[in-house]
Amino acid sequence: MTQFLRVAWVVMRKDLTVEMRSREIVYTTVFFAASCVLVFAFALVREGRPLEDASAGILWIAIAFAGTLGLGRTFERERHTETLRALMLAPSDRPAIYVGKLLGILVLMAIVEAVLVPMIGLLFHAPIFASPLWLAALLAAGTLGFASVGTLFAAMLVRARSRDVLLPVLLYPITIPVIIAGVRGTAAIFQATPDEPMVRFWAALLVFFDVVFVTLSLWTFEPLMTE
Amino acid sequence: MEFDFDRLVVDDVSRHFGRRRALNRVSLTCGAGTILGLLGPNGAGKSTLLAILSTLLAPTSGRVKYGEADARSAGPRLRRRLGLLGHDLYLYPELTARENLQFFARLYGLADAPARVERALVQAGLADRAGDAVSGFSRGMRQRLALERALLHGPRLLLLDEPFTGLDDASGHALVARLRGLRDDGAIVIAATHDLDLAEGLLDEVAILREGRLLAVPRASGPLRDRYRETIAASSASAREEVAR
Repeated sequence: MTQFLRVAWVVMRKDLTVEMRSREIVYTTVFFAASCVLVFAFALVREGRPLEDASAGILWIAIAFAGTLGLGRTFERERHTETLRALMLAPSDRPAIYVGKLLGILVLMAIVEAVLVPMIGLLFHAPIFASPLWLAALLAAGTLGFASVGTLFAAMLVRARSRDVLLPVLLYPITIPVIIAGVRGTAAIFQATPDEPMVRFWAALLVFFDVVFVTLSLWTFEPLMTE
Repeated sequence: MEFDFDRLVVDDVSRHFGRRRALNRVSLTCGAGTILGLLGPNGAGKSTLLAILSTLLAPTSGRVKYGEADARSAGPRLRRRLGLLGHDLYLYPELTARENLQFFARLYGLADAPARVERALVQAGLADRAGDAVSGFSRGMRQRLALERALLHGPRLLLLDEPFTGLDDASGHALVARLRGLRDDGAIVIAATHDLDLAEGLLDEVAILREGRLLAVPRASGPLRDRYRETIAASSASAREEVAR
């Protein structure tokens, strides 16, 4: 177990070091997510009044789109240098590589969300400080569910010619339950009076999805990556 | 106890990609302290065989035995004893030479990682460029660094795909000397190469592949290039006869 965690940590640290050098994925995903929210703001905010209940949906759409972009780029790097093969040769359980890549993606998505949430609060008058802990919990659980499947698919498609098209086509139908739970839970927080039982229900559902998706991904990663 | 082996046996291995047969019933054996050359024209199946030996690719049929174990049973313990220098060099261009080696040393959990990394940088002739990003290196420099990356953990089985690519004359001869040293230390080295001049005198055994099949190599002594040409010509003639029939 110690070795598993050490390898996961080393892979995550490497991914973040590479990203700190290039800043390619952070800049692209943050710019893309912010543009997405701005377009929605121009379309849905009239005379300073946003469309009711739109903010939660827009937040999760921006997270999903930016996440897909980040997932693709992270593995494109490994494909370009064929370094995924070197990672697969590491003398550890191969799922440790998956966990390392997943952790790196979670950090990148957390940076994107740190920009997105205040933007949603500002442009759509969303009460982001009404239940900050619940909001953070929903975002963390939803992001983990989305990224766990996304990391598996992005790794699996790394050698596919049409990977850029296939990734969203495969990813969105499977992660729809996560996105719906995230939207409904966040909408319950953004109500005039936060509906805490409802938030708790959707958060529990997200944790359930996380357990299922992470378990399945850990289980299938090695056979899928051994060609 | 650490897993080790002193014999590699490839037994009737085939690999298909859809309808294309990349390897067709290949069998060979290689013992410790041997350098085996994998020769053959482009598309002969050399890289596919190396990928199977490195456990990155599973054979469609047949089996590969590392001592008494196979890839499935030994798993991570076997991978600790494998080193692979692929045609792609498996280096991160954004990281420096030292950071690349440090990353792989940590990935392999090497106890004396800092000392090994410094030794590897000296061995690659890159000690003075250790802090430079790999993206600024020439192909030859990257090739030398990648070789050290593959050797960092002291593998028993070293798999090399075109190891002489991009190396200047001096580096090529240094690599030959290095491989001889590894053989003397008991490593099994399998190198796929087209550079028959550098391979001449280095290889203990030769396996020639063509269209996924292992060809019989003439036992007669003589320059490697002549033996290679003879084998390929004989194989072409036999293929033509088969078509004519």
